[in-house]
Amino acid sequence: MQNFPSFTDTDLQSELSTLNLGPTHPATHGVFQNVLQLDGERIVSGVSTIGYIHRAFEKIAEHRPFYQITPLTDRLNYCSAPINNMGWHMTVEKLLNIQTPKRVDYLRVIIMELARIADHIICNGVLGVDTGAFTGFLYMMEYREAIYEIYEEVCGSRLTTNIGRIGGFERNFNEIAFAKIRKFLKEFPAVLKEFENLFNRNRIFIDRTKGVAAVSAETALDYSWSGPILRATGVDYDVRAMNPYCSYEDFDFEVPVGTTGDVYDRFLVRNEEMWQSMRMIEQALTKIEKEDPTIFHADVPKFYLPPKEEVYNNMEALIYHFKIVMGEIETPVGEVYHSVEGTNGELGFYLVNDGGRSPYRLHFRRPSFINYSMYAPMSRGMLLSDAIINMSSLNVIAGELDA
Amino acid sequence: MGKISNEELLQKLTAQFGEAIASPVEPYNLLTVETSREQIMDVLGWLKTHPELQFIYLTDITGIHYPEQTGKEIGVIYHLHSLVNNVRIRIKVYLADGDVNIPSATALWKGANWMERETYDFFGINFTGHPDLRRILNVDDMTVYPMRKEYPLEDPNRVDKKDYFFGR
Repeated sequence: MQNFPSFTDTDLQSELSTLNLGPTHPATHGVFQNVLQLDGERIVSGVSTIGYIHRAFEKIAEHRPFYQITPLTDRLNYCSAPINNMGWHMTVEKLLNIQTPKRVDYLRVIIMELARIADHIICNGVLGVDTGAFTGFLYMMEYREAIYEIYEEVCGSRLTTNIGRIGGFERNFNEIAFAKIRKFLKEFPAVLKEFENLFNRNRIFIDRTKGVAAVSAETALDYSWSGPILRATGVDYDVRAMNPYCSYEDFDFEVPVGTTGDVYDRFLVRNEEMWQSMRMIEQALTKIEKEDPTIFHADVPKFYLPPKEEVYNNMEALIYHFKIVMGEIETPVGEVYHSVEGTNGELGFYLVNDGGRSPYRLHFRRPSFINYSMYAPMSRGMLLSDAIINMSSLNVIAGELDA
Repeated sequence: MGKISNEELLQKLTAQFGEAIASPVEPYNLLTVETSREQIMDVLGWLKTHPELQFIYLTDITGIHYPEQTGKEIGVIYHLHSLVNNVRIRIKVYLADGDVNIPSATALWKGANWMERETYDFFGINFTGHPDLRRILNVDDMTVYPMRKEYPLEDPNRVDKKDYFFGR
């Protein structure tokens, strides 16, 4: 087995230059290394190296009870932590056969769609930065902040939120949280519209993105792509629409698809998804009004952590808290595959449980990992500057890539 | 949910492959079948190219280690998805510990490349015919396959965290 990729002999004999793009180059948006062979500015071949922040995620998960795996999931795709987080809890709920009340589902939809918007804000904003336009990024960043403030109101933390619990949320949404969500919905559309106006018909932006890194639907499916970059090629595969989870079947939304699969289409698909997400949040807010406002978790005292005040003041609650957190509660034997639509695509959880304290095996289908596998092959023949744009449009997040 | 029920899918599979499709189960409504190393490429290829089933989407490849199952220690697990019929299938192949060779699915899906590299990295499963079978997440000079159960995360000699202290 060769330890390091070798290029073919003809490559070595010709006058190609080798460029180490990364692992800490600012244009790579994270710790990925690409060893590129360049003929002038054109990429002849490339080899991707990943694993710089690999932290034995799956191995650690094998040694932890379900609740203690939650903080690990937050650190997968840290730009949209709540989606991973709730995807994990939904997988556990599927294993334990827990039915969540509708209001919980709608609240989850709100949080997950906010997370999707926050992630797309960064991705599209940074795509603008990489083409030389800082303004859009600057305008939109304020609204990622607004979303973080909503998280903060709901659970107390901002980036790695730890927002879910088995069965629902740790605490109910308060009035301030709802007010902040409504404020966001009121203010953000104008900014998004302005952002679109800045880019969608911008000559420089179009020249840099249109026709760049165009991928056909067949190739994208062959590489198991998912998420906005797959939909940009014209395949309308969205887990929310195809295998609805968390009451997504109650919502009225469209799955935006592109035609050419180039960077420009990916940008448009992500922008459109933000509109759709806002639409869903608005629907969720209306739907919630019909539900009992006190319900924010399923009635599963066996798995749902007791309220903190009781844990501090009541011995019984403390014991239960301890038993649940340490995984002393019986869980069914079984294997589950559950997938949610992460911001980058299908985020799948394959959980094999043997009834022990922690999962026997836990595997994550990480969309970034699978999407990125095509980066080096597709960069062949591309200009170096196009390869940079391509990388930012893939929205690969190092935490999810390396796990 | 899907246009094709699990029973129908299983019937079609057994009609084509007979004995090679073993122990079908449906945990949480996902059809799971076992097959052999000799048959796996045929099964995957047939599922992919079947005009009606069209399992064109390879969702995931991963491994699992059961040290107690003699002769079937290492499992390779495939998840396929038929986007047309919206139905998933899980296929398992078990291998004996000393003989962990299995044909690579890269001939069918290019996306299998990194999934198999990851499985090789963690379990040491040798995907024969893989174009570039190297470690992917761990360092190249690592000598062990860390996801196997013989490499516990904690010190195995430690007794204060044994299950019987916690009433299990």
